[in-house]
Amino acid sequence: MLNYQSTYSPVLTKDFDTRPVTININGKPTTLQLMPWVSLLDALREYADLTGTKKGCDHGQCGACTVICDGDRILSCLTLAVMKEGSEITTIEGVAENGQLHPLQKAFIEYDAFQCGYCTPGQICSAIGMLKEGKAKTRADVKELMSGNLCRCGANTNIIDAIMEVKNQDSHE
Amino acid sequence: MSTRPAIGQPISRLEGHMKVTGAAKYAGEYNVPGLLYGYVINSTITKGKIISFNTEAAKALPGVIEIFTHENRPSLAWFDLSYADMDAPPGSPFRPLYNAEVSSNGQPIGLVVAETFELARYAATLMEIQYEEESFRVDLKENLAEAHTPSIGMATMLKPPPPKPKGDFEEAFANSYAQVSAEYFHGTEHHNPMELFATTTIYEGDGKLTIYDKTQGTINSQLYVGNIFGLHFKDVRVISPYVGGAFGSGLRPQYQLFLSVMAALELKRPVRVTLDRSQMFTFGHRPQTVQYTRFGTDEYGKIIAMNHKAIGETSKNEDYTENVVNWANMLYASKNTLMQYELVDLDVFSPLDMRAPGGSTGSHAIESTMDELSYKLKIDPMQLRLINYSEKDDSLGRPYSSKELRQCYLQGAERFGWAERNPEPRSMRRGNKLIGYGMATGIWEANHLPARAEAIIDSEGKLQVSSAVTDIGTGMMTIMAQIAADELGLPVEDVAISYGDSKMPFAPIQGGSFTTSTIGSAIKAAGKALRKKLFKKAKDMDSSIFSSMDIEDVAFRDGKISVKDSPALSVSFKEIVAANKGKAIKTINFSVPKFFKLKKYSRAAHSAVFVEVEVDEQLGVINVTRAVTAVAAGRIINPKTARSQILGGMVWSVSKALREETITDYRLGKYMNQNLGEYHIPVHADIHDMDVIFVEEKDENVNELGTKGVGEIGLVGMPPAIANAVYHATGKRINQFPIHFDSLL
Repeated sequence: MLNYQSTYSPVLTKDFDTRPVTININGKPTTLQLMPWVSLLDALREYADLTGTKKGCDHGQCGACTVICDGDRILSCLTLAVMKEGSEITTIEGVAENGQLHPLQKAFIEYDAFQCGYCTPGQICSAIGMLKEGKAKTRADVKELMSGNLCRCGANTNIIDAIMEVKNQDSHE
Repeated sequence: MSTRPAIGQPISRLEGHMKVTGAAKYAGEYNVPGLLYGYVINSTITKGKIISFNTEAAKALPGVIEIFTHENRPSLAWFDLSYADMDAPPGSPFRPLYNAEVSSNGQPIGLVVAETFELARYAATLMEIQYEEESFRVDLKENLAEAHTPSIGMATMLKPPPPKPKGDFEEAFANSYAQVSAEYFHGTEHHNPMELFATTTIYEGDGKLTIYDKTQGTINSQLYVGNIFGLHFKDVRVISPYVGGAFGSGLRPQYQLFLSVMAALELKRPVRVTLDRSQMFTFGHRPQTVQYTRFGTDEYGKIIAMNHKAIGETSKNEDYTENVVNWANMLYASKNTLMQYELVDLDVFSPLDMRAPGGSTGSHAIESTMDELSYKLKIDPMQLRLINYSEKDDSLGRPYSSKELRQCYLQGAERFGWAERNPEPRSMRRGNKLIGYGMATGIWEANHLPARAEAIIDSEGKLQVSSAVTDIGTGMMTIMAQIAADELGLPVEDVAISYGDSKMPFAPIQGGSFTTSTIGSAIKAAGKALRKKLFKKAKDMDSSIFSSMDIEDVAFRDGKISVKDSPALSVSFKEIVAANKGKAIKTINFSVPKFFKLKKYSRAAHSAVFVEVEVDEQLGVINVTRAVTAVAAGRIINPKTARSQILGGMVWSVSKALREETITDYRLGKYMNQNLGEYHIPVHADIHDMDVIFVEEKDENVNELGTKGVGEIGLVGMPPAIANAVYHATGKRINQFPIHFDSLL
């Protein structure tokens, strides 16, 4: 007979203290009552009811949870919410301004850059961050720098087409 | 100006706005007050018995509500039939938390329910579980001697057993001019849709449930829940408007549905159960399969003997089968054939249909064997296929409802530049990269099933159509609107589609490339009935201009019924509804395939695929640099979304041939790479030029719409085309998927 014993010791027996954490989410200061172990991803989805940010792996392997934090793209599943006190977070719900879709959102629709739509918020937020980084010069660069965002439907070529369309618009301005 | 037909237009997905703004809600995203979170406990042994659970530490955590195991679960249905679903293979379906038996590694054995996700997950780690372990076997290749003929059941209707042998294969093969015999293998694969399986069950009181489920069949889940928990079907509503990919994994209700419903009923509170990524490897998968081929030809390359044998794995409780060996003789005529299919029972969870099940497995062996034959015969690989081109389905001796495969070969080869290929292996290069061109053929059956649809003209004169069908990302909703718009002569903007809800008219599970034809036919039936009804109402109007006319004398266009010969004479739908005292005009119709007529034809979509690979001569790294897929799949409703379906299949092909595999530790009976870091699928940097051609194909026999479906055909031909290109580049034939770079060194 085998005896599998948990290696965890129950350190957390009673004190599940929550604390207020204030984050500027999509331009709005939002105070959430959170335990320190809540990831930014779960804070957004379960506590702020912003479910546009997706959980695909919870391990930083798929990119579905990508959000923009103080201008940079980050993986919200590998970030504890308490670490982002006072930060500016933009999620997919905040990408469109005044009811106007962001050029990337428009291009994603036009180029059919998604099928099931589950990786889409992460792809769009990641692309916004990637274009702002300014490192990508060529299509090959864009493919490489977007490779942290997986798409299981296989919309890859359409996603890159959509991003290239916006990238080229930007460089003509 | 008259409305253009919507069918054939490359319109963008109607739900696109919802998906790019994050407004589209998936099953695990319905946050309701008082929601509880369930976290699944999975077995860490492969086979044996649970001796005891110690739940003390877990239960002591404040905020942990309940821990469900087989010891305290409610009493449930007794009969296997209650657990069967629309995609259940012959056998006894898996029953979660049924008893102490463990029959596969990772089997769900408990559920922790707590007030937060984090607590539930943490509490699960505090569980102490004692097992009594038994010996097991999970290695297909080690157990081939145990192979047996699969049992037959309901699922066999869509997955026929192999055709009967013809002629004398052994003698014909022995006497053939050129011969190839080969063995092929692919291991386990998991669907891994991006969305994690999740169910949110809302307890509505009085035994009523509203369930948001990740599924490919709302009614399939509804019936499953009703049967097991003894609820009235009308009290169980399953909703899934957005499904974050499935690829077959949602064809059967998965265990999170059972656990979420069980907990919600017991606790009388809303409960969500979401699997994590490693748990996505604890239910159905594409079964590891060994294949053997022996093909023999005459001196002109004409096949005279063909043997294809496959041995797949299944679980101990169900005989999951695939159609692996029925394709070769559908594609290529041969007087002597021997097709064999067997199963080995292993201690694994039941396999499950995964995109192009069976077809993508069989084509690997068939199309690689054809390629090898072409080198033996010194005949161009495409030419060899044209020499063996069969106008009819030789396996059953009946004609195809349509078959434009020849055009696929010709147009695909032209677009790709196949003529520039030097037939000699290792003859083409770019710097230190070896270049290979490979091609292959694809085939996938074109089925359709019975379904219902409702169509309504409302007081605005606009059309509403509904069906319980899901949209797993194929673009179902959009093509439903296109088909419906043309039925009533309305622009797509004037059509509203409701779907993904079990309270809507019956739809079967969404899969098998049969959904466009199935739901499309139901919409056509409803459209026809609605036109009749509208015309009758228009005729009944006071001093109707149609009083002496038949329906053949009028046209439905631009929201009006007008006289064909003098279109100025018309009555708008709005006026008809107004005359109907403002009451909407509605109809619900059932469409059933014309089985008797369909039996006369074999029905299939075809493809020809051309691939260029670059192989690093020193490192063996393989890159698919270019690919063209030419598809004949009948009428294409929406070229934009259909192209995306084929592109998706092409990316899956790169994945299947070069990337994805679930790796088993045979000593532990456990999958070792249960995460997306180690279960490799292509990233953007792996995907290069991909081109899709839809060859024109008219089919008046397959169904009223002339559609064949495009969900799987993109994945059938391309994996062997990649393997064939790797051979052309390197001179090495690797018959195991995925092809690892080290096998080329």
